[in-house]
Amino acid sequence: MSQQYYETKDLQDFSNIGEFAPEQGKKFFDYYISSTSGGKLSEREKALIALAVATVRHCPYCIDAYTNKCLSLGLGNDEMMEAIHVGAAMVAGDTLAHATQMRKIVKQKEM
Amino acid sequence: MSHTEQQELLEHLNSSQSFAERLKACSSYPLHAQAVETLQMNITRRCNLCCRHCHVAASPDRSEEMSREDMEACIRAAAHPEIKTLDITGGAPEMHSRLAWFINEAAGMQKRLLVRSNAAILLEKQYAHFLDIYADAGVEVVVSLPNLHRDRTDRMRGPEVFGKIVKALGKLNARGYGMPGTGLVLDLVHNPVGAFLPGSQTALEEDYRTRLGADYGIAFNRLYCLTNCPVGRYLDFLKRSGNLGQYIGMLKEAFNSDAVGSVMCRTTLSVGFDGRLFDCDFNQILDLTLSSEAPVHIRDFDYDKIARREIVVRGHCYSCTAGAGSSCQGSLET
Repeated sequence: MSQQYYETKDLQDFSNIGEFAPEQGKKFFDYYISSTSGGKLSEREKALIALAVATVRHCPYCIDAYTNKCLSLGLGNDEMMEAIHVGAAMVAGDTLAHATQMRKIVKQKEM
Repeated sequence: MSHTEQQELLEHLNSSQSFAERLKACSSYPLHAQAVETLQMNITRRCNLCCRHCHVAASPDRSEEMSREDMEACIRAAAHPEIKTLDITGGAPEMHSRLAWFINEAAGMQKRLLVRSNAAILLEKQYAHFLDIYADAGVEVVVSLPNLHRDRTDRMRGPEVFGKIVKALGKLNARGYGMPGTGLVLDLVHNPVGAFLPGSQTALEEDYRTRLGADYGIAFNRLYCLTNCPVGRYLDFLKRSGNLGQYIGMLKEAFNSDAVGSVMCRTTLSVGFDGRLFDCDFNQILDLTLSSEAPVHIRDFDYDKIARREIVVRGHCYSCTAGAGSSCQGSLET
């Protein structure tokens, strides 16, 4: 067993995640590739979305992969940071939106 | 680092699976040339810039340049009907004292003639006349513009270089370069500014065209995306910054067997400033001359021996087979 749960070199193992379930693995990769390739949205736009999701989800592998992809596609540091702020704002907004539940309960319970 | 030190370091890093072993695994070893369609001449190591990624380590302090005799030998060799392109590079080719003479000689050969210029030099009074020399001779101009972000390009190539390149591109456009219907070709080159691989050439070209057009009114024909090869100053950068092992790993991970058949060394011959012959510019820096069955100097050029030679491969060759593949003409068409 390795000393850490997350190791940089584990990112290289991503292509092997179909091991033990190759049929599902192939279906996942077909879906993954078609979803992240350029379509109506450009490859650059999709890379920024993926980076924002990666940071929101705290996935070190995805952050590494998509930071490199954004750099490879010539995206600016400011553009990457803007995308991450979208993710951060969504998380903050999502948290605050759930205050509605708290407020509703408070208003129902308080005298 | 000396060429021997670079070779040793690269071989050590590639000891787990050498490039030759990878070629064997896809039945492509030994790799042979299939023709000589392009004669690439590295005519000088002198340059007005001192870029951090420069694999030939060119700078204003260098003085090496090709002799007139070897340039004449290049012209004799290029007369072979299979050779379609003369590709002049450096250093800054404009700093070679006989470039104007050479262009005049080569222009009459009915070959595709291209010069790889850093463009910034074309703003210097001493070299500005090359704008007209290139246009008059119909020379294709290939300009390195590593990144659309000013700060990134300046970090790689030197302070204020981005602005100079853009200004020089405007002057080339004014002479008809990159403009429809003129026949004057202006191509740009993108290199990653750091320890990562280039993205899709199509996506980057679209972005370059949109942004250069909107922000600076610049037009160009094609964008070539080049993978940085771990030799020369770029190898120094990778080692110093602690990125070397991971970068080599990325190159190996991105190995694309479909790109092997199209690698540029199969159709290109590289001539060093001293007239010696190599499979590519990178082998030139590592001092890996042509395999033993082929001549070693342009004065001994023998098309038939060179066109079918075995290519000398080492660990750095992974940079030409990564992802979509890479060559001096950008991503490979496989």
